[in-house]
Amino acid sequence: MVGLHKSEFESPVIRWIDSRLPVFTLMQKEYRAFPTPKNFNYLWNFGAIATVMLLMMIATGIFLAMNYVPNTDLAFASVEHIMRDVNWGWLIRYAHMNGASMFFIAVYIHIFRGLYYGSYKAPRELLWMIGVVILLVMMATAFMGYVLPWGQMSYWGATVITNLFSAFPYVGKYIVTWLWGGFAVGQPTLNRFFALHYLLPFVILGVVLLHVAALHITGSNNPLGIDVKSPQDTVPFHPYYTIKDSVGLCVFFLIYAGFIFFYPKFFADADNWIPANPLQTPAEIVPEWYFLPFYAILRSVPNKLGGVLMMFGSIVVLFFLPWLDTSPVRSARFRPIYRVTFWLLVLSAVALGMVGAHRPQGIWVVIGRVATLYYFFHFLVLLPILGKIERPLPLPESISRPVLGGGPLPGGVAAKPMEKA
Amino acid sequence: MRRLIQLAALAALSLGAAFGPASLTPARADDESLPHVNWSFSGPFGTYDRAALQRGFLVYQQVCSACHSMNYLYYRNLEEIGLTEEQVKAIAASVTVPGGVNDQGQPIERPGLPSDHFKAPFPNEQAARAASNGALPPDQSDLVNAREGGPDYIYAILIGYSDPPPGVKLMPGMSYNKYFPGHQIAMPQPLQDGSVQYTDGTKPTLDQEAKDVVTFLTWAANPEMEERKRDGVRVVLFLLFLTGVVYAVKRRVWVDVH
Ligand code: HEC
Ligand code: HEM
Repeated sequence: MVGLHKSEFESPVIRWIDSRLPVFTLMQKEYRAFPTPKNFNYLWNFGAIATVMLLMMIATGIFLAMNYVPNTDLAFASVEHIMRDVNWGWLIRYAHMNGASMFFIAVYIHIFRGLYYGSYKAPRELLWMIGVVILLVMMATAFMGYVLPWGQMSYWGATVITNLFSAFPYVGKYIVTWLWGGFAVGQPTLNRFFALHYLLPFVILGVVLLHVAALHITGSNNPLGIDVKSPQDTVPFHPYYTIKDSVGLCVFFLIYAGFIFFYPKFFADADNWIPANPLQTPAEIVPEWYFLPFYAILRSVPNKLGGVLMMFGSIVVLFFLPWLDTSPVRSARFRPIYRVTFWLLVLSAVALGMVGAHRPQGIWVVIGRVATLYYFFHFLVLLPILGKIERPLPLPESISRPVLGGGPLPGGVAAKPMEKA
Repeated sequence: MRRLIQLAALAALSLGAAFGPASLTPARADDESLPHVNWSFSGPFGTYDRAALQRGFLVYQQVCSACHSMNYLYYRNLEEIGLTEEQVKAIAASVTVPGGVNDQGQPIERPGLPSDHFKAPFPNEQAARAASNGALPPDQSDLVNAREGGPDYIYAILIGYSDPPPGVKLMPGMSYNKYFPGHQIAMPQPLQDGSVQYTDGTKPTLDQEAKDVVTFLTWAANPEMEERKRDGVRVVLFLLFLTGVVYAVKRRVWVDVH
């Protein structure tokens, strides 16, 4: 249907624009009136936080790119120039460097939030899968960004990770040469990584828009994991969640600022302050912390190709999660067994992170293998079975019932805790 | 209670994520634990001791710069450690640097200017290696950042020389240093008691010289540190205030939602 949109805005200017391009109506509908369950806890902040971090990364990244030179002879020096000579260069660079870590912290919490409250289940399967795509593109972006300063760890990390593709039979060698644009990580690699590192965040931004669009079709999940039954269960997004997200953002930025200004090298590897040297392998090649669990899975498998497949598999499995989990109950609050297996999953993820930081020897090999096994066992075996054998606790009738304190709640869900949620 | 558990879980998650790596970083290959020095610049409010910086520069200039370059610094940067413009000009002018070409197209040299980078002791890596028994003295602009353990490690290297323990055989031209990975280092002990003459009356013991030069090297690698921490205090105070206000507003907004 063509024709002007019937705008309900009072201001003539806004109405004039809105009737031709209803962006104001869109914002009004999606970010103001958007009915949102009223019982979110603070874990629901992390979507907004991740979005702001993405914008931070883009903002700081563009200013870095104005002074950065993607040339193997000049890259390291250009980052030094940013740190020492460019006005506020150190701030921009440290905000970008620590921002990557903070971004991953936010996204990982966001993901585990989804796992705990079953946010991936119908009807939010596609929303979840889009989220996994974001994670993948983020990882690619961060990996390539880490190569740009052209320190020792940049160079050797890039070499080790791209070399993984050589594990594929027959074609592996060619894939690696193709990725490098030569016979080793070098100028063509750096140049294309820079181009892609600049591009991918905008791809992420686009996918985030899809993620939010899908969210606004299904509506948000909530800590009880039950559907919204009546308008009483919800509040308009603005001002309720704009203000609550702001609280979370403030606290998150306090921590972020603490790193930038006082411990800017906390997440950094000393070796990356040494310019890349293809003739000298560092004693220890360790990826950034946010890749450690995956790196640990890779190294836990005795076979190289097997390791690569398991590593990618650990993320691919997330795409199938909505169908692997057969339980109709979303929130772990009402799933006594899943709750335990969830925390074991968290434990195994943390353990894998620690394993990834250590040489694969002695006890670390054992821990790495056990944790890897559990990770896959959780998704591929436990979740399909649990849905069949677990007896969920009785679900509350509606979101507003428990909040109103209407009678004793099943599952020991007290009304109190949510009061100030 | 449940809320507490959630908060605890959240804290644990972010702690695990945030603080894991520091304690997880692989232990240094070396088993010798580093001496822990109480630096003027450590901690969130630490600043560089100006006198130590200037003494440290003296040590660098008179000792280390014979072998180590410091390519990313300009002479003008020295004003930040409290030297006067005149002093900086004189220091820069004491070296000659390539000055382009003359009318005949012949390369010429000129005295250094404050806007020049520190002059490197060797024209290239090969020359540096040839003069150092095959080893390369690393550039010192970022050395403190580029070593696990930072200032403590550099300090440890400087005071860590001794005769090799019985049974340890050094390769020709190498020295024993208990803090260097592998214990054999190609740098001969650079500092002894009295290696430099301090002008401010400080006694130039090995320990003092080492601490001073490490302070200088830490500044060289992190010249923005003082400004960074100062700005950080302001930003954190502002964010604390903002958090308080936003939280109060949030309480107000949510007051009648049950
Ligand atoms: C005679 C030349 C020479 C002088 C003078 C000298 N160094 Fe070195 N330095 C070297 C060489 C050569 C190496 C490389 C050692 C190796 O790799 O075994 C080195 C390495 C180092 C290292 C690195 C150790 C590591 O972990 O790789 C530090 C720190 C260092 N020097 C500090 C200093 C300081 C501070 C001074 C001045 C007080 C100084 N050096 C003076 C030649 C010198
Ligand atoms: C998803 C968002 C992004 C992530 C996760 C990310 C991550 C990273 C990381 C980990 C580094 C290495 C930091 C270091 O050790 O120095 C880096 C460097 C860099 N990034 Fe990004 N980045 C993002 C977005 C961007 C964007 C949008 C741009 C450009 C417009 C950009 C430009 C740069 C440049 C020029 C560098 C090299 C300078 C440096 O190393 O500090 N980044 N990025």
